[in-house]
Amino acid sequence: MTMHRHFDDDIEAIKDMLLRMGALIEDAISQSIRALLDRDTKMAEEVIARDDEIDQMELAIDKRTIELIAKMQPAASDLRFVATIMKITPELERIADLAQDVCERVIELNREPQFKPVTQLPQLAENAQKMVREALDAFVRGDAMLARQVIRHDDVVDQLTEDSFRALLTYMMENPRNISPAIRLTFIGKYFERMADNATNICEMVVYLVEGKMIKHTAPDSP
Amino acid sequence: MTKIHVRDFDFFYGASKVLHGISMDMPDKQVTALIGPSGCGKSTFLRSINRMNDIIPDARHDGLIEIDGKNVYGGGTDAVELRRRVGMVFQKSNPFPKSIFDNVAYGLKIGGMRNRRQLNEIVEKSLTRAALWDEVKDRLQTSAFALSGGQQQRLCIARALAVDPEILLMDEPASALDPIATAKIEELIYELKDNFTIVIVTHNMQQAARVSDRTAFFMLGKLVEYSETKTIFMNPKQKMTEDYVTGRFG
Repeated sequence: MTMHRHFDDDIEAIKDMLLRMGALIEDAISQSIRALLDRDTKMAEEVIARDDEIDQMELAIDKRTIELIAKMQPAASDLRFVATIMKITPELERIADLAQDVCERVIELNREPQFKPVTQLPQLAENAQKMVREALDAFVRGDAMLARQVIRHDDVVDQLTEDSFRALLTYMMENPRNISPAIRLTFIGKYFERMADNATNICEMVVYLVEGKMIKHTAPDSP
Repeated sequence: MTKIHVRDFDFFYGASKVLHGISMDMPDKQVTALIGPSGCGKSTFLRSINRMNDIIPDARHDGLIEIDGKNVYGGGTDAVELRRRVGMVFQKSNPFPKSIFDNVAYGLKIGGMRNRRQLNEIVEKSLTRAALWDEVKDRLQTSAFALSGGQQQRLCIARALAVDPEILLMDEPASALDPIATAKIEELIYELKDNFTIVIVTHNMQQAARVSDRTAFFMLGKLVEYSETKTIFMNPKQKMTEDYVTGRFG
């Protein structure tokens, strides 16, 4: 018979905090994309303003998790859960910082005339956003299969980053006046690509959480 | 290298079967922890290794336990000699009502050793190995009962070590001790494994995690899972083990 443990309440509470942090981050990403596409400086400023809230949540999760280790000395799946939380919280916080970086570049871009559309960039942003969302889903559901799918999807994002960089490079070569906005957009592409990398790291920890296997720095399908 | 080899070992108290087909190999000069809820058979199993159960009426066994390839229950094995080779430390320290020196020298004297100088040497060596020498060297002739609980337990370990065993069986050796005395016993176990094969029964799972190289989880007289300690505590294969080490067991 399985016994209820107050440890489970702690785990649920931490999970809940992480999910609320995840929701804020998903908002930050989608708002940064809209700010980029709509040239919306006000929205970009909002995202930047909210970053502090996410930072505070990271601290609160760390504190609660360290307390749990001190009090409960977790073992087996509890231990893997705690290790996973401690590894994915900074990844999430980093994603929020990247959304903030996107918004800072958007604000700078909006001070200049509108630049040519780079078709790969919204696609890149949406793919990165999807990876982050699915990484969080995989964590919540303890779904290692979804986690592995997300990890494989990182190659698509890498390709889109490369494609958007090439397009921007062409613009820069066409006209030196394009260099300043094109470099800012290159940065933005890189930020979304980094978000996808962070989502990949989260998924690697989800596989560890579920299967006890560390797949970091190995090929995605290796045993 | 395997020191203790167990195959299909059953144990009965009268009609009641308390161990069911235990098979495991315990490596030489490592610490093996036996964990599991009360009544799971881990202590019975521990006591089977040096035939401490022989004296229990109506107790019988089936299957095989070998030490260095030799059947513990075989005709050629003398139980007294076996228990010299396989020392035991109990939950409650049980010093004899004698001096500290005589407690440690007891097994040697029983074995016929009379040479004082040799006795002195072995007593000092055993107390040093049990991390007790510095605390008692100036009062070897005082009663063992004057020692604290933790010191008494280390004295019992010294007494077991004096007859130069190869294996030490420990049945919850620290469960009656305070955290500092417990930490000393755990440090001692860590040091002793360079020279001895140790099998320890413990209810304290963190203790098993701290001191052992391999852990065996027993449940209702069966060996559920036996693996490297880190595997048992990080990624056990059996759900029952998982439930036990995470305290989900009701």
